[in-house]
Amino acid sequence: MFRAGRSALSFLVVIGALAVLWEVVKLLGGDPNGGWIPPFQWTVASDLNMPHVWDIGASFVEPAQRNGPPLGIVLVNAGIFTFREAFGGFVFGALLGLGLAIVFVHSRLLERALVPYVVASQTVPIIAIAPVVVIWLRGGWLAVAVISAYLTFFPVTIAGLRGLRSPDPRALELMRSYASSSRDVLLKVRLPAAAPYLFAAFKVAATASVVGAIIGELPSGIRDGLGGAILNFNQFYVSGPPKLWAAIIVAAFVGIGFFALVRVAEAMFLRGRTAPSDA
Amino acid sequence: MSDSVVRVRGVDKVFGTGTDKTPALQHIDLEIPKGAFVSLIGPSGCGKSTLLRLIGDLTQPSVGAIDVNGKTAHRARLDRDYGMVFQAPVLFDWRTVQGNVELPLEVSAKDKAVRAARARAMLALVELTGFERRYPWQLSGGMQQRVAIARALSFEPAILLMDEPFGALDEMTRERLNLELLRIWKQTGTTIVFVTHSIPEAVFLSTHVAVMSARPGRILEVIPVDLPQPRNDLTREDERYFGFIKRVRERLRGRDVARPGAAEVAAS
Amino acid sequence: MSKRFAYNAPAVLVFVGVLGLWELAVRAFGIQQFLLPPPSSIAGAFVEHFDELVTVGRNTLTEAVGGLLIGGVAALVVAFAIARWATASRALLPFAIAANSVPIIAFAPIMNNWFGILSPLSKMMVVAVLVFFPIMINTLRGLTLVDQGSLELMRSYAATELAIFTKVRLPNALPYIFTAFKVSATLSLIGAIVAEYFGGSRSALGQFIITEAAFFRFANAWAAIVVASVVSIAFFLIILAIERVAIPWHTSARIADSS
Repeated sequence: MFRAGRSALSFLVVIGALAVLWEVVKLLGGDPNGGWIPPFQWTVASDLNMPHVWDIGASFVEPAQRNGPPLGIVLVNAGIFTFREAFGGFVFGALLGLGLAIVFVHSRLLERALVPYVVASQTVPIIAIAPVVVIWLRGGWLAVAVISAYLTFFPVTIAGLRGLRSPDPRALELMRSYASSSRDVLLKVRLPAAAPYLFAAFKVAATASVVGAIIGELPSGIRDGLGGAILNFNQFYVSGPPKLWAAIIVAAFVGIGFFALVRVAEAMFLRGRTAPSDA
Repeated sequence: MSDSVVRVRGVDKVFGTGTDKTPALQHIDLEIPKGAFVSLIGPSGCGKSTLLRLIGDLTQPSVGAIDVNGKTAHRARLDRDYGMVFQAPVLFDWRTVQGNVELPLEVSAKDKAVRAARARAMLALVELTGFERRYPWQLSGGMQQRVAIARALSFEPAILLMDEPFGALDEMTRERLNLELLRIWKQTGTTIVFVTHSIPEAVFLSTHVAVMSARPGRILEVIPVDLPQPRNDLTREDERYFGFIKRVRERLRGRDVARPGAAEVAAS
Repeated sequence: MSKRFAYNAPAVLVFVGVLGLWELAVRAFGIQQFLLPPPSSIAGAFVEHFDELVTVGRNTLTEAVGGLLIGGVAALVVAFAIARWATASRALLPFAIAANSVPIIAFAPIMNNWFGILSPLSKMMVVAVLVFFPIMINTLRGLTLVDQGSLELMRSYAATELAIFTKVRLPNALPYIFTAFKVSATLSLIGAIVAEYFGGSRSALGQFIITEAAFFRFANAWAAIVVASVVSIAFFLIILAIERVAIPWHTSARIADSS
């Protein structure tokens, strides 16, 4: 608990430092503010491109639209919406990824036949096929979850395959000497051995699922999530730059939050076990 | 006493701090004459590796002093007086055999031609001529350890520190490398400090066997082994060889005074 | 050679089989073009628009390569700089990992505003930020996760910090760096395409796909998707080839040698 508190504190310190750095850049090269005339003129640091930290903060409490609820509430709702899509995608992707890994570990033929396409699948720009998926699944958050799963199954398959192959061959021979079924071998040897690898992949997948959810929202016309919010505030950027920044900050928190959630689950599940160093 | 290469005087080594202190070594005094082959032997936890690392300045004593060639161990390390060989070969995957042997010479900024010639000579010494361009992972465990020995010898160190160098090898390979090490020792005239937990190995190789006890680590006795030189396969069948083995073994059990008879029976 | 063919045969069979089934299914069930055009019309579109596809593919690849270079060089410089201070790198690593879980793609519209929506630089910067953290984290791991025995050996030679860096840490980090660059190669192309989605030059893969899809020319859009995938695989293979030449000692190369 003490350690968790300390890392939360240092997290705040780093965010504070970033905010200070941000304002220092603006002080050096931003737009004139009050009586202060900055020594440089950097377009990147203008109020349009880098709104003041306090303006971004204030935008959270101001209404997003005339007579609407404050932006903060709108964005938190959008964040929850996107997180739900991402979580769905994470679960689909993790199950599919683990399932494929289990199939591949039992069949060299299927491994050789399909793994190249598992790898190649990640080179297809999903944003381009997202509209098709949305039409197939008739829109809604489920379609976005499937798009998100497309990004999440890959790390789980690859790490799962490595993890399921990781047990000491002698442990497998030991199980053979007990005449145990391949189901027992899977449950008692392979899966426990794969757990650290899987959690390392889940951490990657958690991040990927949020990216997938945001990307999936863009071409599918879903406007309730963060992807929609980013697209929306991008269109009105000139009149209110802090809103886009606020949306990005919430997106960052959803990404980091999901990652942290998996970290906590990992710490509880793998108590006392060391993670594979290269994961 | 001027011909001592290593002089350890009143050394204590304590690990940890505060309430967490564990004494590893206590009251260590040891003189190693030039050209000697000294084995450190004792049970696990007697601090034999720690003593070796102290001599090599990889760790520092809590109390006492260590002189090497009349200077501090630290100075001796900076002067590159040491060749180290560990239990694992610690070869760099990204270097060829030749490149690995040249490593210490590169660090001491030797000329390229000198390095190449020297490395080739050292590889000839460990009988690995023809393997210069191979990578470590293409060699067997015994060959890898020979590369490590060639590397340790490459800048003609005044003293060779070996920490269970053959511990991970099979018995046959180990016996062959023992003979090879003795030949190299004779040829180079270097002083060797050798950590082992094999009594026959210690007796076969050494001019002196330092018998140590555990918790806290102490030197019980330094037994001079005056078996005839050069030693060879016949030495292993010499009656006096078995006599020394028995003596070292009894000394190692010496602390076990509760069962003096048992030690006798076991040794015979 | 024949052994290699036998190894790859199942994958080739799957490729041919899936294409055949796809074509058959589209014809048999009369699946509409906007859902899934048949491979034959995608191939036709590819031939018909070959020149244009080459141009848009090249423009997007330029953005991806430029971004990977900017982000990669920055990541290497930062990792080299902070690896010198063990405590600093240990303290910073969790934040780099946290930053890595930020959906960077959200910054694409910002980069458009900063560097110009039509300028390839805005796409390069998205890619640069996207690849920065994975490369930085992996490099830092490679520089710091060094075998203790190697460090002791270097210490017994009284080696300088510089010698330890060039002779131990850097070679140890190279496989990690190449792994990161291989992952980033694919990532950079996808990042560029997604960044283009937020607006940009018409002559790039992302905008090409959007435009063609908007005008119901789906076979053209799919041909562009195929180009994106092929370019990205080629980019990956180029880095793989560089890796084989640069670090022939590494395990992945050893396995390839023995087959």
